[in-house]
Amino acid sequence: MPVYALADCNSFYASCEKAFNPRIKNRPVVVLSNNDGCVVARSAEAKALGIPMGAPAFKHEALFKANNVAVFSSNYALYGDMSARVMRTMADMVPACEVYSIDESFLRLDGLRGDMTAFCGKIRERVLRWTGIPVSFGIAETKTLAKAANKLAKKGGTGGVFDLRGPDADEWLARLDVGDVWGVGPQYAKLLQSRRIRTALDLKQADRVWIRKHMTVQGLQTVLELNGQPCIPMEQAPPPKKAICCSRSFGAYVRNLEGLREAVASYATRAAEKLRGQDSVCSIVQVFIRTNPFKPEHRQHAELAQATLPVASDYTPDLLRTALGILERLFREGHAYQKAGVLLAGIEPKGSRQLSLIAPQPKDEAKRGKAMAVLDAANRRYGRGALVYAAGGIEPEWGMKREKLSPAYTTRWDQLLEVRG
Amino acid sequence: MYALLRFKRTTDLPLPLMLCRVQAGFPSPADDYVEQTLDLNEHLVRNPPATYFVRAAGDSMEGAGIRAGDLLVVDRSIDPRPGLIVIASVQGEYTVKLLERQAGRLWLAPANPRYAAIEITPDSDLEIWGVVTHVIHRTLPEAGHARVRPG
Repeated sequence: MPVYALADCNSFYASCEKAFNPRIKNRPVVVLSNNDGCVVARSAEAKALGIPMGAPAFKHEALFKANNVAVFSSNYALYGDMSARVMRTMADMVPACEVYSIDESFLRLDGLRGDMTAFCGKIRERVLRWTGIPVSFGIAETKTLAKAANKLAKKGGTGGVFDLRGPDADEWLARLDVGDVWGVGPQYAKLLQSRRIRTALDLKQADRVWIRKHMTVQGLQTVLELNGQPCIPMEQAPPPKKAICCSRSFGAYVRNLEGLREAVASYATRAAEKLRGQDSVCSIVQVFIRTNPFKPEHRQHAELAQATLPVASDYTPDLLRTALGILERLFREGHAYQKAGVLLAGIEPKGSRQLSLIAPQPKDEAKRGKAMAVLDAANRRYGRGALVYAAGGIEPEWGMKREKLSPAYTTRWDQLLEVRG
Repeated sequence: MYALLRFKRTTDLPLPLMLCRVQAGFPSPADDYVEQTLDLNEHLVRNPPATYFVRAAGDSMEGAGIRAGDLLVVDRSIDPRPGLIVIASVQGEYTVKLLERQAGRLWLAPANPRYAAIEITPDSDLEIWGVVTHVIHRTLPEAGHARVRPG
C-alpha cells in the first residue's frame, strides 16, 4: 500500500516575507499580484481579518491601514529560492518526492516504519528551522486523500500534520466540502451540490456510473482515489483549453514600439507555456493593442490582427516571432498604449496535429521540445520568470508596478539581509 | 559549456537568452589536464538549503573580526549553543552577537567593550535565527571587483 504525504507551505508567499522580517512576525501580511493589483497571499492573521483572496488592493487600503497590515508586491526571486530550499530539505528526508507546485510537494513515505505523524512532524520542524517556512502535512493512501488530509491539517489543531488513514476517515471526509476535494472545480462543485453530493464523503460514495458520465474519467478517478485506490498520476492536466489568452494593462503608458515589443513578447512566452502545459499546439496567433478608452482626451487606437502558422506549433520562438511580426503592423506612432494581449487559437492536441505539405516539419523537433521542457521545468520549479526570453525585456518600463517589493534577500548580493553588529 | 561553444546558428529565430553569465572563448588545451577546480562554496557551505548570506553593519563585533560591510555565512541548521556567534532577532531587528553562558544565564554578548550584553530571558522578545559559520572580510580597499592587470 503506497503512503503519500502532501506537504503544503502555509501562506507560502507571506511566510517567505516573514522569514526575513522579524517586525512582521505576528502581523497580518498580504502579498499582491503583478502590478500590485489584488491579494494573492494572506498570512493567517490576514485571513482572520477577513481579507478575501483576490481582493483588489485599492478597495482594502483603509482596512490594511486600520489593522497594521504589512503589504508586499510579489517577490518571485525570493519565493522561488525559498521554495527550492524547502523542497530540497524535504526531499533529503524521504524516499521520493514529487514537486507539484512552488509551495506543494507529494512525498512518498512507502517503506518507512514507525509513526508517520511523528515523522512528518520532524520534517516540519526541520523545514521551519532551516527556512522559517511553516508546512502542513496530509498523510493518506492516495494523492487525492493526501490533499484532503492536508486541508484537514490546516483546518484545525493537529499541529500541522494529519493522518487520514484509520477507521474514522469517513467521519473526517464528511467534514470536508465537496468543493475542497482535489480535482473538483467550482463548476463541478455546483453540479454535485445540486445532486446532494455535498461533502467529500458523499462524493466517495457517489454513483460511479453517474460520475463517469457527468465528470469524465477524471471525476471517476477522483472517486476511486477517495476510496483509497491510487490512480492519479502526477501532473495530470485539466481538459485542454480551446483558446489561450494573455493580456494585461500596463503599469504606465507605453508610447514606443520597443516597449510594446517587450510586453507582447512576454505575453506570447507565457501563452506558449500554457499551451505546452496542456500538451497542445496552436495554428493561430492573435495580437491586440489599445489605448485607454476612458481617456477621451487621448488619441485612440485599438486594433487586432492575426496570423496563421504554416505548421501548428508550441515552440516559443515560433510564436514569439509571429506575434512580434503582427505587432509591427499594428503599432502606430504617437499613441499612449495602455493594454496589449496575445491570444492563441486553432488549438489541437500535439499528438494529432495536421502536417503541412509545403512547410515540412522542423528537423530539430526533438531538440526544440527539450529546450522548451527545460524552460518550463525551471519556471515551474523556481517560480515564473526564473528563465525568460530577453525579448520580454529585462527591466521593462511597461512592467509591473511593484511599489512594495521586499529585497531579494537570497539571490542578490546587493540586497542581502542586514544584521547589526 | 562545450555544447554551447559547438552550437551552430542555423536560423534567424530569436534564441532564448539565459540570464546568467557564461564564459566564452577557445577551449584551452590544458583543460584535459585539469583535475578539479576548488570551489569556495564547498569550503563555506556545508548545508546549502539552510545556508544564507547576510551583511554585517555596526562595530559591536569588531573583537570577533566582524566589521561593517563584512559578508557572514549563516547556517540555520546548526543548533545554537554558548560559544557560537549567532544572528538573533531582538525587538524586530536582526543582530549578530556571541551567545554566552555566564553564571547560569544566557547572554547575547558583543565583542567590543563599548557595548553591553543582552540577557536572554524566557520573556525577551528574542529569537535565534541562525549560527554564523564564516566571516568574509574584504581586505582590498577600493570598491568594485579586483582585476588582474597585465604587466
